[in-house]
Amino acid sequence: MNLLLHAPILAISIPLLGGLATPIITKFGKRVRDSWIILSLLFTEFLVLILTHDILSNGIRTYTLGAKFPTDTIPIANFIPVRIVLELDAFSVFMAITSVTIALIASIYSLKFIKEGTAKSKYYTLLLLLTAAMVGLVFTGDLFSMFVFLEILSISSGVLVAFYSHKGEALEAAFKYIVISAVGALMILLAIGLLYGHYNLLNIAALANVLKFSFSDKVALVLLIAAFAMKCGAVPLHMWVPDAYGEAPAPISAVLVVASQAGLYALFRISFTLFSALPTIEIVAWSVIILGVLSMFIGVIMAISQKNIKRLMAYHAISQTGYMLLGIGVGLAVIGNINALNSFGITAMEGGIFHIINHAIYKGLLFLTAGAIIYRVGTKDLNKMGGLAHKMPFTTIFFLIGALAITGLPPFNGFASKLMIYESVFRFSPLLSIIAMMVSILTLASFVKVFYSAFMGPKLKEHNEIREVPKTMLIAMLVLALLTLLVGLFPDIVVDNIISPAAHALVDQSKYIGGVL
Amino acid sequence: MISQFPLLAALILVIIGFFAITLKKNLIKIVMGISIIGSGVNLFLISLGYKSAGVAPIFTNAPKLEMVLPIPQALTLTNIVIDLALVAFMLSLVILLYKHYGSLDIRNRRLKG
Repeated sequence: MNLLLHAPILAISIPLLGGLATPIITKFGKRVRDSWIILSLLFTEFLVLILTHDILSNGIRTYTLGAKFPTDTIPIANFIPVRIVLELDAFSVFMAITSVTIALIASIYSLKFIKEGTAKSKYYTLLLLLTAAMVGLVFTGDLFSMFVFLEILSISSGVLVAFYSHKGEALEAAFKYIVISAVGALMILLAIGLLYGHYNLLNIAALANVLKFSFSDKVALVLLIAAFAMKCGAVPLHMWVPDAYGEAPAPISAVLVVASQAGLYALFRISFTLFSALPTIEIVAWSVIILGVLSMFIGVIMAISQKNIKRLMAYHAISQTGYMLLGIGVGLAVIGNINALNSFGITAMEGGIFHIINHAIYKGLLFLTAGAIIYRVGTKDLNKMGGLAHKMPFTTIFFLIGALAITGLPPFNGFASKLMIYESVFRFSPLLSIIAMMVSILTLASFVKVFYSAFMGPKLKEHNEIREVPKTMLIAMLVLALLTLLVGLFPDIVVDNIISPAAHALVDQSKYIGGVL
Repeated sequence: MISQFPLLAALILVIIGFFAITLKKNLIKIVMGISIIGSGVNLFLISLGYKSAGVAPIFTNAPKLEMVLPIPQALTLTNIVIDLALVAFMLSLVILLYKHYGSLDIRNRRLKG
């Protein structure tokens, strides 16, 4: 069997089947289950990495489900792709690496964090299901299977948000999340129906080839953009983010960050690949930019006043999503103008895409440190913490690394991507760049507050029993902290090898169409 | 004109569902609103592929060749299953919330701001 040929579908089906088999594997003992989960995620990561290596050198790769030979996208005696086609370009594999890496680290962290006897095997089933949904969402080249994977993602992450079902707040958060996701997903299905009714096609590449931008197509575009912007947590549909991130178990909050970035992927795939030839694409681009600026600003303003450590970080996740929307929105705004695109548009998009992976790394790290504090201290309230640096030195260092990265200080990774966004957006519109810098300063202010009230100060009497967290949790945090530092020290290697091909893949609509037709 | 009626009905169902979700204060009614939107979308998909006097798209022993489009039916079937899972999950959350707070009113909640 040719592994590389079948790697796209294996990368989806291995976490899916591995997750569903977990409750049975648990019967053989806890160690067997733990190694089963880590091994299936490691194998998925390996598949995604060999796919990345292949796609970066050989270009787009397709996989047709149900065909005699997986690369036959169009059946004989038929001129349209009628089967479900997985289409992988540099941007898809980039997102897949981000998602699978964070899922792997979160599951290593959960080995000790989730206590035995609390439906732990079901927790892992859902976590692997969520990974399969994220990989599927970014690999698929078909609108309807995108909807299906989005629903799998919503349901599995909704159940994980409600994991602490003895707490009323977690249930409320999950209910809010699932109501908003369900309505959004149904709007996506309505938009898919509108497009299908017009063109008889569900394949993104084939659809992009024939799209005529009639009135109903524009209605579909608005529905798709609104629903995916909701899914990635942009203001004004951000209200589920602080609840869901705040109430979920800490490793799940880290995975939810990449799950909402899968929504971001879908938003960019729709607006670039499907609609970039729209005559009024600038309006779409400006709405993405305005959503981004609003998310940045409102997210950080709301974060400053929070007392709950995880809600505070969740508001920062909204604010950081704004940077990605801003960077890639600027790229979309100048997509018709080849000179502007080459001089600063591509850099802005690279900055936005680079920020996706950086945000996944340092926000994952921050959520894991918050989880470490909750694991030992047992509260999320910043007012009840203090002096933790005496008892948990490693967690303190990891938190500091994450906090400095999110505020965009060198030599951490947040600085590299934020600088790219500032520089290129400044040439598009100086005001937007100034707002972005101001938001970074406010981010620094709120993280100084967290650092001071949680870690600094004298030892508290009630914290005498507190120790450093178990080793597996420290290892998970250490990996993320090292990634933060390494990506920050050598940003050019990452940008040249992964980010820049991803940005070019997003811009180059004809290549994506040519992959299938 | 008469062929547009299913689309109109689908639109009305979606709007009713939106009203239920945004204006009702009872958790069960919100779940019902989502279910109604789901039905509206399903009706829309089915009516896309409808052909008057067509038969089910099964070629074996087909009485005639005027058939309705099969793909929207496959989409609808998938969506019905997904909707079922969603509604089941939401109702189980509602049961747990009722056990926890003793009420189904959404104004009775903790998470704010």
